[in-house]
Amino acid sequence: MPEPQKTKISVRHLDFFYGSNHSLRDINLDVPERQVTAFIGPSGCGKSTLLRVFNRMYSLYPGQRATGEVLLDGDNVLALGMDVNLLRAKVGMVFQKPTPFPMSIYDNIAFGIKLYERLRKVEMDERVEQALRQAALWEEVKDKLKTSGLGLSGGQQQRLCIARAVAVKPEVILLDEPTSALDPIATLKIEELVSELRNHFTILIVTHNMQQAARVSDYTAFMYIGEMVEFGPTNQLFTNPSKKQTEDYITGRYG
Amino acid sequence: MDDTRDAELGVRKAAAPSPAVPSRICPARSRRLHAMDRGFRWLTGGLAFLVLLLLVGVALSLFLRGWEAFHHFGFAFFWSDAWDPVTENFGALVPIYGTLVSSLIALLIAVPISFGIALFISELAPEWLRQPVGSAIELLAGIPSIIFGMWGLFVFAPVLGSAEPWLNDHLGALPGIGALFRGPPMGIGMLTAGIILAIMVIPFISAIMRDVFLVVPAMLKESAYGLGATTWEMARHVVLPYTRTAVVGGVFLGLGRALGETMAVTFVIGNAHDLHISLLDVGNSIAAALANEFAEAFSPLYKSALMALGFILFIITFMVLVLAKLMLWRLGQGQGKAGL
Amino acid sequence: MKAAGNARYLRRRVWNIFNLGMAMATTLFGLFWLVWILWTTLSYGATAFNLELFTGDTPAPGSIGGLRNAFVGSLLMIGVAVLIGTPVGILAGTYLAEFAQGRRLAGAIRFFNDILLSAPSIVIGLFIYAVVVVPMGHFSGLAGALSLAILFLPVVLRTTDEMLGLVPSTMREAALALGAPHWKMIVQVSYRAARSGILTGVLLAVARISGETAPLLFTALSNQFFSTNLDQPIANVPVVIFQFAMSPYPEWQHLAWAGALIAAMAVLVLSLVSRFLIKDRSPR
Repeated sequence: MPEPQKTKISVRHLDFFYGSNHSLRDINLDVPERQVTAFIGPSGCGKSTLLRVFNRMYSLYPGQRATGEVLLDGDNVLALGMDVNLLRAKVGMVFQKPTPFPMSIYDNIAFGIKLYERLRKVEMDERVEQALRQAALWEEVKDKLKTSGLGLSGGQQQRLCIARAVAVKPEVILLDEPTSALDPIATLKIEELVSELRNHFTILIVTHNMQQAARVSDYTAFMYIGEMVEFGPTNQLFTNPSKKQTEDYITGRYG
Repeated sequence: MDDTRDAELGVRKAAAPSPAVPSRICPARSRRLHAMDRGFRWLTGGLAFLVLLLLVGVALSLFLRGWEAFHHFGFAFFWSDAWDPVTENFGALVPIYGTLVSSLIALLIAVPISFGIALFISELAPEWLRQPVGSAIELLAGIPSIIFGMWGLFVFAPVLGSAEPWLNDHLGALPGIGALFRGPPMGIGMLTAGIILAIMVIPFISAIMRDVFLVVPAMLKESAYGLGATTWEMARHVVLPYTRTAVVGGVFLGLGRALGETMAVTFVIGNAHDLHISLLDVGNSIAAALANEFAEAFSPLYKSALMALGFILFIITFMVLVLAKLMLWRLGQGQGKAGL
Repeated sequence: MKAAGNARYLRRRVWNIFNLGMAMATTLFGLFWLVWILWTTLSYGATAFNLELFTGDTPAPGSIGGLRNAFVGSLLMIGVAVLIGTPVGILAGTYLAEFAQGRRLAGAIRFFNDILLSAPSIVIGLFIYAVVVVPMGHFSGLAGALSLAILFLPVVLRTTDEMLGLVPSTMREAALALGAPHWKMIVQVSYRAARSGILTGVLLAVARISGETAPLLFTALSNQFFSTNLDQPIANVPVVIFQFAMSPYPEWQHLAWAGALIAAMAVLVLSLVSRFLIKDRSPR
């Protein structure tokens, strides 16, 4: 694989266990910086599990563990001394279902910023506006920043979650099937948003929708039953897959 | 001000790899947040543990305070019917007997009625009626027990007293159990206490029964109906067997309430340390004896005997409640509802 | 053959109708007591209801007065019990729901908390007598408040645990994914999401302790005079009701009924409000 880009995350010999269930096997991967990398594969293939390794979300749950190395800018994310809170401030995440907090739109955005930065009111206002603009939500909510985030539509809620994630200025953003709970129009908006954000962030997106992967990503990884089958530039993987399994999947023969 | 501390932590932390963090994020702040995390976890964990300590503390303190009486009277304390503050001769038999018998009467009345109510609410009542009827019955549980006591003494006892001659004449004439119903028609006594306890535990037992009945999968019920079963047959042969353990657990939970109920019983049981076969006669329960006598008991042995009674009550209710909970857990696991 | 089948079917139907009729009758029976008891409280209590009730203190036998000192004492003790029981109950419940998922210790604490919840209140009174009143050397409002706090705590603990359990784990993950530490996530997100549910638990617990008499009999005792000193015996509605109802003086008995009416109203209003909150809450 030719690699003109700088590598942001490199995964080496990653294995993952749910209790005694070996759910990721010897994953190796170099995620390029400021590109969109999509993870596809049939459900249960481990793509979401892999995503949750990058921000150590799995370590909330006893019985889940990962071995191997995940290097973010050269630092091993899996190391014991890793400060997971700082890691998560640097690696943001957006979930399948929108998860607005039960507070105002403004406070939803400010929540993450306040964790690590002490800003004056004016600066905070700027940051909130900037984040909402980045998430293409500003025009829709600028007059109701003090109202509850729960009052927004599903698509708006999801963009609010994206705004919340970009507000803390992470370097990497993980998107875990971000449109699976949304209607086609809201999905389209999120996809446009992802394309715009790629200039500022390294984006990893898990999707069950192959067309979506083809539309938004620069690189695609195809996974199957816990293994990384194929990884490469999206065009190449979709037009000229090198593995039989990949070809079967993208032509719809299973999954 | 924090410089030295942060520097220390910084040295310690330097050994571990840390991500190249943008300068606007302050690692020291993150470490402070971490320390607070640990503190919060210990605080909440310690307070949760307090519940266990409280329970142990209750048992232990009552036992220690009652030790003098247990020691002085030995095992005879449990089966002596004496209760004489003047000669300081105390035995627990009468209040234990009264506690158990009044609660038993309560269950005999409350269980079938609660079953009927639960059946009505869960299977028969039209949708719009379920919520209000359920809430109304639950309101009964909210009324302070002292009001049950006052109502029992001033309103219900006279009514029952006027019915007791009839009980004497009819049930009292029966061989065997007749002895239970021959006695002075005073209106107060063991039977009155039992009936009022029954009214008090009906909302508890019926609420639990209703909750567990609603857990029965609709498919099971429909299969019974599909075979042409009547509503009653479905309830009797599908719902009841399916929920049996939990229903018994709910009954035990009600029993736990009845055993420890104080004010309602104190008003109407008569507070006499005498042993009578007749349910129409006066008696005493552990809780009523404590409520009436504790504040006025001035000799140490008298006080200790009452504490010992309290310990016995605690142990009895503890065992009943543990049994109840275990039975409810077998069905209620995951439902989390069957219980309160 | 067919006739026999029909007879059997008829018997089944009659039996069915009889039993369903009984179920309906038992429900009416249950409601009958509710109505009777409420009606008694209302009619006896209303006749004794007047302004003096709130302005006068408990009278000597034979004279008239009110329950002012008892109301104040009760409110004070309930207030202290709430101040102690709410934070302890919420934090302990937080441990069970947020930190101890799946641990045996949590299961044990949940189990024994339910036992404590149903333990006879008079036994709790004895416990406080043994560990507070005896060492202090006298009855006190503080001892009464502590016994109420012990009755209050398990209700709040249990509701907090249950309500936090309803907060979706994705909401927690979303907060943690921003780099929030656990305690911030809990305080700012979980508590907010479970707010009305926890408040309901607190109200239910207040309803529970506001009518409690037994644990106060030998902790707070009572006091014939107006007092706000929690270090001394203090008048309170339930114990005054008990003493006055059992007394031979008609004035006292009237006051007891008036007190009972107010206690019942307070409890009913609290449970209605909490019921309304339960309907209103939308844990997302």
